[in-house]
This record gives sequence, structure tokens and C-alpha cells, in this order.
Amino acid sequence: MAEPATGVFRVPHSMTFPRRLLRNRSAAAGLVILVVILLTALLGPYLVTKNPIKTAPLQRLKPPSTDHVFGTDSLGRDILSRVVHGTRISLVIGLISVSISLVPGILIGLLAGYFGGWVDSVLMRLMDVLLAFPAILLAIFITAILGPSLPNTMIAVGIVYIPHYARIIRSNVLSLRERLFVQAVGHLGGSHARILLRHILPNSLAPIIVYATLGMGTAVLQAAALGFLGLGAQPPQPEWGAMLSEGRQYIQIAPHVAAFPGAAILLLVLGFNLFGDGLRDVLDPSLRIP
Amino acid sequence: MQLRYVANRLGQLLLVMFGVSILVFWMLRMIPGDPAQLLLGEYASPQALAELREKLGLNRSYAAQYGIYLTKVLQGDFGRSVRTGAPIFQEIWIRIPATVELAVAAMLIATLFGVAAGVISAVKHRSLWDYTAMFLALIGVSMPIFWLGLMLIYLFSVRMSLFPMMGRLSMGQDLPVVTGLMIVDALLSGNGTLLTDSIHHLILPAFTLSTIPMAIIARITRSSMLEVMHMDYIRTARAKGMGEATVILRHALRNACLPVITVIGLNLGLLLGGAVLTETIFSWPGLGRYVVDSLMARDYAAVQGCILMFAGMMAFINLGVDLIIALLDPRVRIHG
Repeated sequence: MAEPATGVFRVPHSMTFPRRLLRNRSAAAGLVILVVILLTALLGPYLVTKNPIKTAPLQRLKPPSTDHVFGTDSLGRDILSRVVHGTRISLVIGLISVSISLVPGILIGLLAGYFGGWVDSVLMRLMDVLLAFPAILLAIFITAILGPSLPNTMIAVGIVYIPHYARIIRSNVLSLRERLFVQAVGHLGGSHARILLRHILPNSLAPIIVYATLGMGTAVLQAAALGFLGLGAQPPQPEWGAMLSEGRQYIQIAPHVAAFPGAAILLLVLGFNLFGDGLRDVLDPSLRIP
Repeated sequence: MQLRYVANRLGQLLLVMFGVSILVFWMLRMIPGDPAQLLLGEYASPQALAELREKLGLNRSYAAQYGIYLTKVLQGDFGRSVRTGAPIFQEIWIRIPATVELAVAAMLIATLFGVAAGVISAVKHRSLWDYTAMFLALIGVSMPIFWLGLMLIYLFSVRMSLFPMMGRLSMGQDLPVVTGLMIVDALLSGNGTLLTDSIHHLILPAFTLSTIPMAIIARITRSSMLEVMHMDYIRTARAKGMGEATVILRHALRNACLPVITVIGLNLGLLLGGAVLTETIFSWPGLGRYVVDSLMARDYAAVQGCILMFAGMMAFINLGVDLIIALLDPRVRIHG
């Protein structure tokens, strides 16, 4: 790993950063939710022993009871077990989708902001083209082309959000490239690659971290929407959006089938949003909403 | 308004739409399988396939194919639907009013409640009102709208029987189509029962679709109002003895509205996307549901037509918003 160069961005007041983060009510609440969900993803499958895929036709559409805390679905599967197993899937979707957006997004934003001119114009117009589509529609189109599956959902959601990260990084780079420490490295003969990777990129970490955290929530929502439309995870995978889709058919007689996976999505997205808002307040107080 | 600014924005819009057409064309060519086979079905004869390939220009180079495609699109020819055989442009055209009606109703709800919540939060800063409104706004942006729609259907349609579950009018009701907007058509027909019925059908889907923009508008209104409330002219207005309501509504809100208008405009585009899910849940016969149905039927030409239409609508909405903002704020057209 590269050692931090002089003038490289460090999380402000790094010694007190965790404490400041925990003192922020939004970040603390988000962190609690995310830790609980993470523990559910890691330990849940060992604690909830019912098989999430095994069908039991005689037990179909049972309301919540002591035996089935969240009830059963149309095939008699235990909904609690499916929600718990689905936690891993949703977390992985969030992580991978955001990673897919981040890598090209950062690269495009860095190049466009740093070089400016025609490089900026070409790259940003390309991003404008992607932004011209409503996000869910573009994701639907990409998934339709790639074929409905969980990995393709992640790719689609990842591609859709590339322009958002590119724009954020670009605007950050535009202000950074005028700063004295960046200009000094240039005058001392530092190469473009060195300036970008050792000086500008590390100083852009704060907005990247903030928007990536908030982006996880958005990615989970979009992937769930694709799952809901039948374009995401395929049966019998216990993905929350797909479970909601199934619940839709039984909303009049068994609302619990849709209620619990939806509540799980809400909780996870709320966790990312609360934590992201708190992170933004701590890392970049200038963006803070009073 | 400076003509140069408008021309510049129009030029950018055309450039983006040109890029959109290339991207959609390229993506359609990426779909595995032969388009001719897709159109004619599995059991088509080799001769029929060859004829159709020739007719569609599939034997030519990609550049030539793109030329044909662009010419047709510019003439409003998106091809024919595999499912119905009808021209896709016509299929899209008859569905646009339903989506527009839903999006406009949702935006009205979002603006009304969002601005009110934002103003109250700012005026009663750090009070229980403020915390509750902002928590609800956070829930609003975190909630899957397709789940909210289902829960509202269960609560208000299944349990309480207050609102209908789906559609734009009750079974057996019929309304002569003039504009395609049910409420407007009901008003034009002078039939009060149909007007009530169409509003009744609109409330649940519009509220579902409004939640995310409502939450965003509330947050922006609050932060914008908080900024303005500390300005000198507000203090002066109060010092002159103006009533608090006048200070807030006439001086603070009017000056705080620019970012709010921007967000409202940008969210109109978001509403078009959200309409895909809301229309699917409420069986609302608009463009969003048509995309999903076409997708399920592998009617890619229809999907392509809808996507181009959505992108075009979004581009024009964004242009409209930019122009309104430039009209309201001279700094934008000078620096923009």
C-alpha cells in the first residue's frame, strides 16, 4: 500500500474521528442498524435453522405464529428464514454494485476534472447521455439485454450510477487542482499520474466515502426494484425484492408475505442513509444540513 | 432572457439526445439472438427470415443500420409491436396522458406537503415538529415505493375499502377521451360522478409516487429556509413590525424557493422512473406499465420506443427547469 505523501488528505482530526462519528446521532443510529444487519447476515443463518428454500405445501400462507415468526409464503417456506438469508444477498448487492460504479466513476471524474478541455467535454457528455435515462429504466434495459440474474442486476445498477460518482469526483478535482499543494507538485516535476493518484485522489476520499455509503442504500433499492419486476435474483433465491413480488399476488389474503421483506429493505436502506448523513456531517461540515 | 443561453442549452440537449439514440441502438444490437427471428417467431421459414432481414436492413453495416434507425425514429416510426402488431408510436402516444396525469398529481402532492413540512421544520427549528418531519423525510427516501404501494393497497383498499385497488376508473364506467387525462376529460364532460371516481382512483398511486420527491422537497425547503431566515432583510422585516406569517411566506419562502424549484423540476424526471413501479403495482395503464409488460413479452422494439420517449421527456423537463431558473435568477444565465 502506498505511504501517505505530504499534504495528503487525512480524515480530519483522525484521533477523534471514531468518537466524533459516534457522537453524531444520525451516524450512531445508522451504525447500530448496520451492525445488527451485518450480524444477522453473518450469524442469522446459523440461528434460524429452517431451510429458506424447502417448500411445505401444507404450510402455505400461514400468518405469523410462534412456529413461523414471520409466517410462510405461497410455497410454505419460512419467511423469517428467507429474510435472514436474503440479508447477505442484499449486502453483497450493495457492495458490489457500488464498487462497479465507483471504479469507472472515480477514473472518469479524475480525468475529466484534472485535464479539463476536450477530455472533460467528451467524458461529461457521455455521462450526460447516461443521466438522460430515468435510473430504473436504464437498469431495466441493461438487465433485459444481459438477461435476468443477480450478477446482471448488480452490473446494471452499477453502470447506472457511474455518472453520479464521476460528477462528484470531477467537481472535487476541479477545486483541488487549483490548490497550492497540487500546483507545487506539478512545478516540482511530479507526473500527472502521481499528482492524480498520490495527491488528488486521497484528498477526494471524504466525498467518495460519503456518497458510496449513501449509494449503497440506493443500490439496494434499485436492485430490489429489479427483483420485484422479475429481472433480479431468480427463484428460489431468497432475494427481498423478488419475495415482495411474490407477496404482491397474495396481498389481499396474506399481507405478511410482502410486509416483512419490504420492512427489511426499508431498515437496511435507512441504516445506510442515516450513517451516510452522519458521515457527511463529520467528514465535510460544509455540506452539513443544519 | 438571453437568446444565446437558450440556444446553448438546446444545442446541448440535441447532442445528448443524439448520444442517447446511439446508445439505445448499440444496446439493442447487443441483445443476443436474431431480431428477425425474434419478430417472426421460432418457426419462421429461412426465406421469410431473409426477407425481413433485408427489409429491416439487418444485412447492412452498423453505420447504415443506424442511419435507417435514426431516420425512422425522427419520423416517429419506432416499428411495430411484436405483441399487438400496432405501431409502437401509437401505443406509446395513447399511454402518455395516464403517466403525465399520475406524475403531475404526485408532484402536486409532493410540493404541497413537502414545502409545508420544510417551512414548519425551519420555523420550528430543533423542535419535535422539526425532528418528526425530518425523520419522516428520511423514511420517505429510504422506503421502496413498490412496498409502500402494496401496504397502502392492503390498508386502504383491502381492509378499509376507502380507495380502489387499481385502474383509472371503476368497472363499467366509461368516459369519452378528449385529452386522455381522466380528470380533465371528466371535467369537460361535466359528469361529477366520473370526476369523483377518477380522483378516487388517482389518490393512492399518486401518493405512493409522491413520497420520495416529497421527502427531498421537505429537506431542501427546510435547509433553504434556515439559510434565508438568518438574513438581514428578514430581521429588518420583523423590526418593521410585519406579522410572522408575512415574513415567512412573503419574504423568506419567496427567497428560499429557487433551490426548491430546481429540486421539483429534477424530481419530475425521477417521477417518470418511479412511474414504472407505481403503475405496475396499481395496474395504471401508463407508459411505465407498458415498458414492463413489453419487457416481459420480449417486445424490445416497444421497450426501445418507451426508453427513447422517457429520455426525451426527461431532457425537455430538465431544459424547462433550467430555463425557468435562468428566468428567475439572472446569475444562472450570466455564469451558466
